[in-house]
Amino acid sequence: MRRARQFALPLLSPRLIAVWRRNFLVWRKLAVPSILGNLADPLIMLFGLGYGLGAVMGNLAGTSYFAFLAAGFAASATMYAATFEALFSAFSRMHVQKTWEAIVNAPMTLDDVLAGEWLWAATKALAAGLCMIAVISAFGYASYPLALAAIPVLVLAGLAFAALGLAVNALASGYDFFSYYLTLVLTPMMMLSGVFFPVEQLPGPIQLVAAALPLHHAVQLVRPLLSGVLPAAPLLHAGVLAGYAALGFYAATVLTRRRLLS
Amino acid sequence: MPLVQGLALQARNLRKRFAGEDVVCGVDLGIAAGECFGLLGPNGAGKTTTLKLCLGLIEPDEGSARLLGLEVPAHAREARARVGVVPQFDNLDPDFTVAENLVVYGRYFGLGDAAIRARIPQLLEFAGLQGRAAARIQTLSGGMKRRLTLARALVNDPQLLFMDEPTTGLDPQARHLIWERLRHLMQQGKTLVLTTHFMEEAERLCTRLAIMDRGRIIVTGSPRALIAEHIESQVVEVHGPGLEAWMARARSLAPRLERAGETVFCYAADVEPVIADLRRQPELVYLHRPANLEDVFLKLTGRDLRD
Repeated sequence: MRRARQFALPLLSPRLIAVWRRNFLVWRKLAVPSILGNLADPLIMLFGLGYGLGAVMGNLAGTSYFAFLAAGFAASATMYAATFEALFSAFSRMHVQKTWEAIVNAPMTLDDVLAGEWLWAATKALAAGLCMIAVISAFGYASYPLALAAIPVLVLAGLAFAALGLAVNALASGYDFFSYYLTLVLTPMMMLSGVFFPVEQLPGPIQLVAAALPLHHAVQLVRPLLSGVLPAAPLLHAGVLAGYAALGFYAATVLTRRRLLS
Repeated sequence: MPLVQGLALQARNLRKRFAGEDVVCGVDLGIAAGECFGLLGPNGAGKTTTLKLCLGLIEPDEGSARLLGLEVPAHAREARARVGVVPQFDNLDPDFTVAENLVVYGRYFGLGDAAIRARIPQLLEFAGLQGRAAARIQTLSGGMKRRLTLARALVNDPQLLFMDEPTTGLDPQARHLIWERLRHLMQQGKTLVLTTHFMEEAERLCTRLAIMDRGRIIVTGSPRALIAEHIESQVVEVHGPGLEAWMARARSLAPRLERAGETVFCYAADVEPVIADLRRQPELVYLHRPANLEDVFLKLTGRDLRD
C-alpha cells in the first residue's frame, strides 16, 4: 500500500454501525454473565479493600475510603472493559475467526470495521462504568444531579482506552502479547492514577508521570463529579482524554492498515 | 490490453510485491459478463492476491483493475456492493444462527433487516438449508457451512461472484451439490470467477480459464481448447518392476514421455503401439485414459511440489 494512503485519515461510512450491531448481537446472547462480570469483579475488590482498608484508614480526602475507592473503580472498570474488548475480543475477530476479513469483502473498509470495533469497545466500557455508578448510587455515595456528568467522562475514557487497545491489538502476534500491555502499562497506570490513594502521596517526579496517564485524568473528573463537586480544570482533563482517544484511534487505524493491507 | 466496455472484470498489468517478493507480476484479465472464469495455479501462484486486487481490497503497486465498470480500489465500495465473495476459508460467525449470519452480513451492504429477512427463505432453499434457519453454525457439516457461505455471498443479489477454492475440503457429494448450485447461478446470468486447484472442477464448470504460476498467467482459453492446444489427446500411465528398461524402448512408441518418480506418463494422439507393447509386459501396470486439464496443468507448471 502506498504510504500516503496508509497514513490518511480514516475514511468512514455510516454502515460502520453494522459492525457495532454485530458485536451487540453477540453480547446480547451472553449479556447476563457479562453484566455479572462487570459487577462482580469490582464489587469483590471494593468490599475487600473498601471495608478492610477503609476500617484502618478512616476518611480520605473528606469522604469514606469506600466512596473514594468506588469512584476510582468506576474509572478503572471502564479502562479494563474497553481494554479487554479491544485486545482479546477484537483479536479473536480479526485473527482467529476472520470476521473482519468477511466484513471487508462487503462494501465496507477496514477503517469502517475498526471504527465499529472502537465504538463497540467504548460502549462495553461505558456499561462497565455504569454498573459501578449504580453500585455507588445504591450505597448512597453518588450525589445527583452532578453525578450524571460522570457519564460523558466515562464515554471519553472508554473511547481513549478502546483506541489504545486497538493500537496494541494491531501489533499483537497472539493473545500472550497482551500480557505486556496489561502488566507493563495498565497495572502501573492503575497504581499511579489515584484509584487507591491520592496522587499527592506519590513523590514529585512520579506525580509528573501520573499527570500523563489517561486514567489519572478520568479519575480526576469522575471522583469529584460523583460526590457532587465540580472538578478543578475539567477542560484540561477532558482534553487529555479526548486527545488519547483521537490520537489512539488514528494510531490504531494506521497500524491495522499496515498489518492487514500491506 | 485496451479498455473494453461491458467486461465484468478487467485487469491490466497488475503487479503486487509483498515483503520484497513479487507475488503478482503483470496479470492481465478480461472476463465477460455471464462467464464462469477459472483461475488455476499451484499453491503460492498468486491467485488469492489477484482476487484481492480485483476486489479493490489491496492496492496494486502497478497496473489497474475495473470491476463491473468501476475503477478499483478507488471505487471499490460501490463495486463491491454488486459483488459477492466466497472466501477460501469459512468465516461464518460462530456465535450466530444460520439466519442471523445472513441478516448480519446483509447489514454490511446497507440492506434493511426486513429486506434481508424477506430474502432468507429463498437463500436457504438455494443452499439446501431449509428448516435450518435457527441452527447454530457448530451443528452444520462442512458442506453445509460452505453452502451457507455461498448463500451469504448472494445476500445482496450480486452480478458477479468471486469464489476462492469453493470446494476445497468437501466430500464428493458436497462438491457435486456446490457445482450444481454454481451452474444454476450461471443460468441466472451471473458472472462467476473462481480459483481452484481441482482441475476436474475447472474442466466441468469453467467456460474459460487461466493457468497462473509464479505470479504470471501462462495460458488462457476454454478447457477444451487448452487440452487440444497443449497436450496430446491420450495418456498411458505406467508403473511396476522393469519400468527403467521399458522406458528406454517406449521412447520410440510415443512422441512424449514424462517420468515422475516411479510412474511414466506416455502422451500421444495414438497410443495403440504403447498399449500393444504393454500387453506383452505382464509385470507392468498401466492405465489408459484421455488427456485432461490436469495433464496440461502439470505440463505447464511442472511436477515439483509447491509449499
